[in-house]
Amino acid sequence: MDLGAINPAVLAASLMVAATPILLAAIGELVVEKSGVLNLGVEGMMITGAIVGFAIAVETGNPALGFLAAMAGGAALSLVFGILTQVLMSNQVATGLALTLFGLGFSALIGQGYVGVKPPALAKPDLGPLADIPVLGRVLFSHDLIVYLGLALVVAVWAFLRFTRPGLILRAVGENHDAAHALGYKVVRIRLAAIAFGGACAGLGGAYLSLMRVPQWTEGMTAGAGWIALAIVVFASWRAGRVLLGAYLFGGVAVLQLNLQAAGLAVPVELLSASPYLVTILVLVIISADRGRAALNAPASLGRVFHASS
Amino acid sequence: MDGERPRRDRRVKALLTVEGLTKAYPGVVANDRVDFDIAEGEIHALLGENGAGKSTLVKMIYGLAQPDAGRMTLRGQPYAPAGPGAARASGVALVFQHFSLFDALSVAENIALGMETPPPMRRLAARIREVSETYGLPLTPDRLVGGLSAGERQRVEIIRCLLQDPRLLIMDEPTSVLTPQEVAILFATLRKLAAEGTAILYISHKLEEIRSLCDRATILRRGRVVESCNPREKTAADLAEMMVGAKLTAPSRAGGNPGGVVLEVSGLSLPSANPFGTSLRDVSFSVRAGEILGIGGVAGNGQDELLDALSGEAAVAAGAVRLRGQPIGALGPGPRRRVAVLAAPEERLGHAAAPDMSLTENAMLTAAIREGLAARGFLKWPAAKAFAERVIAAFDVRTPGPGNAARSLSGGNLQKFVIGREVLQRPEVLVVNQPTWGVDASAAAAIRQALLDLAASGTAVIVISQDLDELMEISDRFAALNEGRLSPPRPAQGLTLEEIGLMLGGAHDMEVAHVAE
Repeated sequence: MDLGAINPAVLAASLMVAATPILLAAIGELVVEKSGVLNLGVEGMMITGAIVGFAIAVETGNPALGFLAAMAGGAALSLVFGILTQVLMSNQVATGLALTLFGLGFSALIGQGYVGVKPPALAKPDLGPLADIPVLGRVLFSHDLIVYLGLALVVAVWAFLRFTRPGLILRAVGENHDAAHALGYKVVRIRLAAIAFGGACAGLGGAYLSLMRVPQWTEGMTAGAGWIALAIVVFASWRAGRVLLGAYLFGGVAVLQLNLQAAGLAVPVELLSASPYLVTILVLVIISADRGRAALNAPASLGRVFHASS
Repeated sequence: MDGERPRRDRRVKALLTVEGLTKAYPGVVANDRVDFDIAEGEIHALLGENGAGKSTLVKMIYGLAQPDAGRMTLRGQPYAPAGPGAARASGVALVFQHFSLFDALSVAENIALGMETPPPMRRLAARIREVSETYGLPLTPDRLVGGLSAGERQRVEIIRCLLQDPRLLIMDEPTSVLTPQEVAILFATLRKLAAEGTAILYISHKLEEIRSLCDRATILRRGRVVESCNPREKTAADLAEMMVGAKLTAPSRAGGNPGGVVLEVSGLSLPSANPFGTSLRDVSFSVRAGEILGIGGVAGNGQDELLDALSGEAAVAAGAVRLRGQPIGALGPGPRRRVAVLAAPEERLGHAAAPDMSLTENAMLTAAIREGLAARGFLKWPAAKAFAERVIAAFDVRTPGPGNAARSLSGGNLQKFVIGREVLQRPEVLVVNQPTWGVDASAAAAIRQALLDLAASGTAVIVISQDLDELMEISDRFAALNEGRLSPPRPAQGLTLEEIGLMLGGAHDMEVAHVAE
């Protein structure tokens, strides 16, 4: 066993990379749930984004186009869910589960020709002198654009929900859709927009996994990342800052346990592999233990079917 | 509620005119060629029973529903709002009956949501303070609405409307959740607004309030206008008969002497399970056989928690609730039913009855133990059906049969079924919460009579209600629930509205508010 081989700066840098897919999916789902919709199809949208982004990037040779296509693919799949649940009033839980199953199967189908292919890499921005700062430069300024985009998105979603009028309306729709309707807000349209945003974020997160983090295509490669994103949103009490914390915690433990496995720690490999899931959920459960406050932040109409009565 | 406003003799121009407005929903014509008009500065009452078409008319005026036929004219211009936003832009504002508020948002955010172009939050907060003080309705902009009392929530709704300088203010059942003092303040505000030229369309079934407040009344029955009159020239009984279209008889009571104490509650405390609920604090009272104890109070002062503690849904300290001296506080609902302590909660659909189950199934749910509808783990459906049929016959529940789903019954009929189901199980103690909420006048009278008859047969009855008139009509003793505390019960006979108001905790912080005259 050789724990000395683990370099903390490298660890910190790679945890940001490891956390980015989950962070993107979770921040999208946060907006969806704040509008009062529970979309359990995150896993399906992520893997759809992963394969769509991968295929387009390989075919065009342009990873940026791949990421855009992944967002479009995730959004399109989420709108299937949106139309089923918001217009045709189907059950959100069952529809979301179906979306995940569909996404896994569909991605396996179109992914058959892409197994073992190496995708083009997205160029990293050159941050010049910033990247040369010892330790900090390695940790913070050596990443690709999507990592920074994920962080910017967290700040943007936080500010949108807190300070803007559309954000207030979105929260109002999630809090009490009947009252929002009575005041004249278009509940269904607002929710469809939120669902599409969540789908695009999940698709982007999936593509980051297949194009940057791994980078290659294997069937079922999201391996439950979508479910962890869902859990993070709930245990983060629907707060953007805590979603960031939860995602980084998950990424951190995931990277650490890989290093520990490589170092040959005398703990069963299965337990190490499960540890990111266990630690993330445990920590977030403890944070959200104050039930009163968590309930205050929970969208009160979450998962309820909205049917305009007039 | 005195101080009649000097009547204006000059013919004021009509602000809103409604002609031949018709709206049909599948199976029912909610509004059938409705004509009426309202002038600037007029307080106009819209009267009618549940289902008479008041809400439909209001929805059309506020743009929430589009009429099938007929037209509206606002200030001489054709008026056909496509949605609430358009109605607000034309100067029409609505204070909703079921508050259209968002619990987890602040007062200022709630108000901003009801405005078309709200100013930035800080300016809006200042405006809220200023307007709310001008009209004697103080509000703190940054408080969460979920923590406000019913009276304060209504102030939020009213201020939301007033900030947009409405020409026509529609108030849908505004006083049903207010204490008498809060009602007095509301009326002063409305009179001030009317004096400034705002027209007010006032919907209520509280006839005495309408007689003291309104200049004119339009009465709807089954979707049609049946009468238009000056309510001050009519008695409340006249108005009620116009609404119902038949004579109403007040419940009669046989003045019996109550027997011994049946149920005793002492030092009952219960933290609320709901983040916006009210915890019960040291509640003590006792009820005798053959007595009706009325518990009044504004919604959200611990009524639901009290019912939970008495029905057994929430377990409390064993000794806090005693039946004939035996501790029953730790028993759940089933064991309490076994000892004949029965309850009918407020929410008919979802709490008192399972909406999608048939009446037979619903009868089984609460009567299985006391009526012997289950044996050795098997259900006796024929017996349950017979019991449901007995309830339907005894309480005149209008339904095709016991196989119908609870959801398909009208509110009044389902309420008669829910109460009847408990009454026919011969309870020793019956606890009911809001027995006539949202029920039309004739069903309400039947339910009150059933409760009186039950008490006359020796049952101890506890009626929790926000309807003070109802409590005064049927209770022997009256107690008030305020912020989770219960006042000492007093004999109901001879209590004045003023005294009741004080028992209800005055008007919360309303003493400090004075309407600027």
